[in-house]
Amino acid sequence: MLEVSRRIIPRHETLLSLVIILACIVLSVTTDTFFTLRNLQDLFTSNAYTAILCAGLVVVLIAGGIDISFAAVASIVQYVSFTIIRELGNDWISLFVIASGLGILCGFFNAFLIHRFRIGSIIATVATLNLFFGLLMFFSGGKYISVLPPWFSSGITLFQFTDVGHTTYRVNIQIILVLVTFSMTYFMLERTTVGRQIYAMGGSPEAARRVGLNIWRLHLFVYGYMGFMAALAGLAQAQLAQSVVPSSLVGTELGVLAAAILGGASLTGGRGSALGAFLGVSLLAVLQNGLVLVGISSYWVQVFNGAVILLAASITVLKGRRIANVNGAADV
Amino acid sequence: MVPQMSESIGEKSFGGSILIDLKQRLTGRSSGAGLSVLFVAVLAAATFFVGAKFVSPTNLRSMAIQIPEFGLLSIAMMITLLKGGLNLSIIATANICTLAVGGILISCGPGLHGVQLYAVVALALSAGLVLAVLIGLLNGILIAYVSLSPIIATLGTMILLKGLALGFSRGGVFSGFPEPIVFIGQGEIGFVPASLIVFGLAVALLAFILNKTAFGASLYMIGSNEPATRYSGVDTRRAVVQCYVLSSIFAFLAGLVMMGRFNSANAAYGESYLLLTILAAVLGGINPFGGFGKVGGLVLSLLILQIISSAFNQLNISPFLTLAIWGGLLIVVSAISANVNPLRR
Repeated sequence: MLEVSRRIIPRHETLLSLVIILACIVLSVTTDTFFTLRNLQDLFTSNAYTAILCAGLVVVLIAGGIDISFAAVASIVQYVSFTIIRELGNDWISLFVIASGLGILCGFFNAFLIHRFRIGSIIATVATLNLFFGLLMFFSGGKYISVLPPWFSSGITLFQFTDVGHTTYRVNIQIILVLVTFSMTYFMLERTTVGRQIYAMGGSPEAARRVGLNIWRLHLFVYGYMGFMAALAGLAQAQLAQSVVPSSLVGTELGVLAAAILGGASLTGGRGSALGAFLGVSLLAVLQNGLVLVGISSYWVQVFNGAVILLAASITVLKGRRIANVNGAADV
Repeated sequence: MVPQMSESIGEKSFGGSILIDLKQRLTGRSSGAGLSVLFVAVLAAATFFVGAKFVSPTNLRSMAIQIPEFGLLSIAMMITLLKGGLNLSIIATANICTLAVGGILISCGPGLHGVQLYAVVALALSAGLVLAVLIGLLNGILIAYVSLSPIIATLGTMILLKGLALGFSRGGVFSGFPEPIVFIGQGEIGFVPASLIVFGLAVALLAFILNKTAFGASLYMIGSNEPATRYSGVDTRRAVVQCYVLSSIFAFLAGLVMMGRFNSANAAYGESYLLLTILAAVLGGINPFGGFGKVGGLVLSLLILQIISSAFNQLNISPFLTLAIWGGLLIVVSAISANVNPLRR
């Protein structure tokens, strides 16, 4: 049955890829700045924060939950880890350990509220968003950290080369983190038992429970993973901005959610993929970048974003109906 | 938005939940009592710590001015929560509608007096209202007929409308409006701020709609069990569309109050309110999965939040601690209501 529907109706990821490829071809022909290595590097670097968060959020959405608190978590991670790191460690490994630990702890707190107190995930995370952000702003007094350790400011460069025009291209920490987080999410979701269990839980929590899955541990894992991604996104953003501003990230939640939804994640759980999430972020990034390069005022960019999201979501739903029809017909 | 819903499927047997719902509403068994206790406790604590200054006319006035715009936005959010939905586009709706009103007033209004001025103001307000209704229709149709999830649909329209508002206003501020508009936000009738009267009327209207009309009853029923409501002969799609139109209109009212208070309109006013309206509604006993919640609960919750905020303000405590306390309060209240009374999850 599934094969019938698959043959007739292309997968969401295939559609998204086709749209992105089409957009890229049009932009490459109409502008001479889009299809350059420089622009590709900028695209990756400037969208890294959203992309990394999206890699975490898609897991939460697949599990049938939602998280609104990740931007507050990323802010806490940034602020606290740079405050600690000055006294302790002062190297990349300590920074990653402290940041990830903090992020995962915040995620565990969400999981605890959602599972143990049985508060709906959207309510729990709206509450922790305000709790985390409020406490951070209270204790930090809203002060910036403008001087980051020099080894952090200069970043990590995995690979770089300079072309004849003396432009240097580098695979920087943002690009590394985007690639690593999406590969990791892909592998976890598709190739590990816990990944398949997350799909099962999102598809039907009751069935998953009766089959004997440990829902509490899955919740811990899912929200912990989101917290971990929030930590990495916070670091990527701090490195790019070269400073930590505690109030700069809160307010970005819904943009990330939009990208994940565009990537085909369903809010009822059980559906979505790492590849889809990546394509969702990419489409929004290419669209934004392309419209600006074509010369459309950046004020109008959001109109296109909104329209694309509504269109993509409608297509997904209508396609779902067709699949149901195809299956129904085959059953008769 | 159905996380953790399936455990309650057993309880939501056909029609059963509607009976439970009716029974609950008839006997008035809601978290109202707990909320009233909380309200009294918070008020007592505020008066104790701040002193007589807290109940001084100045402070009461400033509280009365702060409640309406957030309150109207919370109402706009609440009615969609009742039917088991959500409206993330309320702020964007408020802003684009007030920009439309402002745009008309600025291009036709200056220099006019008397009847002409009132005619232009009326024209501008109707244009804003029509726009609000259209936005509500768009949301409603996407949710009821295309069957998009409310979060997705209203998130999409939120981004779309914000973009339109930014493009339309070039990211700038429209300001300097005629007297009738400013009066909504800054005026007073006797000692009562005009905006508070607008809010009071909105609350009364909402209470009437929810308690006395068939549409109100169908909202609660859809929130409890949509298929059962549909099978019992209610045109649920129509009711959902009406719900989002109503939500849009309340958002527009909130926009007008903001517009009058600042004497300006902008594409990005009030954005930090968005998720706080969910907080206020849920704190007020509105079940985020639909079906349960009273206007009185919402009003109490708004008062509680405002008292905390004002008291902290008078004690010179950072407003961000207020935010943290609000978040903590939501956790405590949700945890209690989810575990003490499992039917009301």
